[in-house]
Amino acid sequence: MGKVQSNEALGEGFYLMRVEEKNNARMGQFYMLRAWETYPVLSRPISVYDADEESVSFLYKVVGKGTELLARLQAGDEITLDGAHGNGFPDLADKKRIALVGGGVGIAPLYLAAKTYKKENPQCIVDIYLGFSGKTVLTEEFESVCDKLTVNVGGFVTDDIDPAAYDAIVTCGPTVMMKVLYNKCVKSRTAAPLYVSMENRMACGIGACLVCSCRTSDGNRKVCKDGPVFLGSEVFNIE
Amino acid sequence: MSNRLKTTFAGVEFKNPVVLASGTCGFGRELNEYFDIERLGGICSKGLLDHPHGGNDGIRIWETASGIMNSVGLENPGVDAFIENDLDWVNSKNLVNIVNLGGHSLDGYLKGMEKLNGVDLDILELNISCPNVKSGGMNFGTKTEVAREIVRKIRAVCRHKMVVKLSPNAENIVSLAQMCEEEGADGVSLVNTFLGMAVDLKKKAPVFNNVYAGLSGPAIKPIALRMVHQVAKAVSIPVMGLGGITTWEDAIEFIMAGAAVVQVGTATFMKPDISMDIIAGMERYLEENGYESIEEIRGIL
Repeated sequence: MGKVQSNEALGEGFYLMRVEEKNNARMGQFYMLRAWETYPVLSRPISVYDADEESVSFLYKVVGKGTELLARLQAGDEITLDGAHGNGFPDLADKKRIALVGGGVGIAPLYLAAKTYKKENPQCIVDIYLGFSGKTVLTEEFESVCDKLTVNVGGFVTDDIDPAAYDAIVTCGPTVMMKVLYNKCVKSRTAAPLYVSMENRMACGIGACLVCSCRTSDGNRKVCKDGPVFLGSEVFNIE
Repeated sequence: MSNRLKTTFAGVEFKNPVVLASGTCGFGRELNEYFDIERLGGICSKGLLDHPHGGNDGIRIWETASGIMNSVGLENPGVDAFIENDLDWVNSKNLVNIVNLGGHSLDGYLKGMEKLNGVDLDILELNISCPNVKSGGMNFGTKTEVAREIVRKIRAVCRHKMVVKLSPNAENIVSLAQMCEEEGADGVSLVNTFLGMAVDLKKKAPVFNNVYAGLSGPAIKPIALRMVHQVAKAVSIPVMGLGGITTWEDAIEFIMAGAAVVQVGTATFMKPDISMDIIAGMERYLEENGYESIEEIRGIL
């Protein structure tokens, strides 16, 4: 059980919630969040926006009943956190130029990713590309943790990036956006690996129910446990 | 913990009557990280086919008022992989190991059965009731006389204790259960999920690729309870009751309605160790009401 420290509306349905909770969450992982007893039946998988030893922050968007209930939480309220789950983003300490590409609420895990990559290798270049359909959120925060921030509003953020300029690319956002980026990487013949963070509806969140299975070149994989991060070629280069 | 919850089902001893339902707990490994699964009475494996199967495409889970609908479609690693990777581990645990076998055809059921005959397990749960498999499962389980053929043929070769898992979508669940008894089943478990439907208004299309999917959770509990009551009255083989059990009170209701063992499914998604709360609550209820054994309240309604 964690205690909500703040839960701030950022506009466009986005919220940033900070929860007091001892943790060892890594970039790209998620928690199953729950702030109600029985209904909705399922907890909500929400990725980690930021974390230190004493707290975890979540950037989420209200899209249904569960996130609506999360949005009503106030400082001091209790919330059940189960996690951190998933494999998280890969260690890229040997890469000199890293691009992080996010769309919509998929930008959430990229903040801690940028912070972590910069911390692990201060010499590396980390550029962030964010796509929004309407008003932007937290762009100053993202700008503060990277070398160059590119923001696209209303267009295709994938148009803004040259994959050949990077040694590794990490993306999280709508599947269609990530697939366009994957195709662009293939076309550019870049040797840079593309890591995609998949999203799927989940029930258990721990690998027991097979609700979030994702087809990959290596057979079905569980987004919650084997992922959410896969190589782009694993999920998009299949029959 | 006392022995109040100890019970016997078809000759198999359960330290308590709480079992995790097939499809909601994998093979037990993940939940064992949350609590010691040896505190459970038993566990039902994910439904297995004689071959690995990728399951259904599209959306697999959808929330409804007080429930969920699922359309996983028997994704599973196949009996062989289960035997190789998971069976020994489950058998090493001190709980009743119930293995759930499904099929897409009579031949598939028989092949799966042959493989499971070669290994140790405590109870085979024959799944003739999965609603998410177009070519089998529930199709075998809705008409009593169609189901009879499969139950008879599996019973003829199955060397394990055999429980048949019944579909609430059956034309007549009481006659289906009576048929299982006539054909030599050691017990029945009921109910599997109810066939339901959901519509995506934005897309103006069904949510699920299969159009229909299986409804579970508290929404179905009163109907499941009624069916367990009817079946328990009509057969003399023991009944495992399930369908929306979320609290210890729910579990006690199923026992009073005639179930010897209860299965907890969807509720595990609310809280991974909810089955532990249910066991503790049942124990407390018996103690506070002066019962020495759960069997004293079985089928009293």
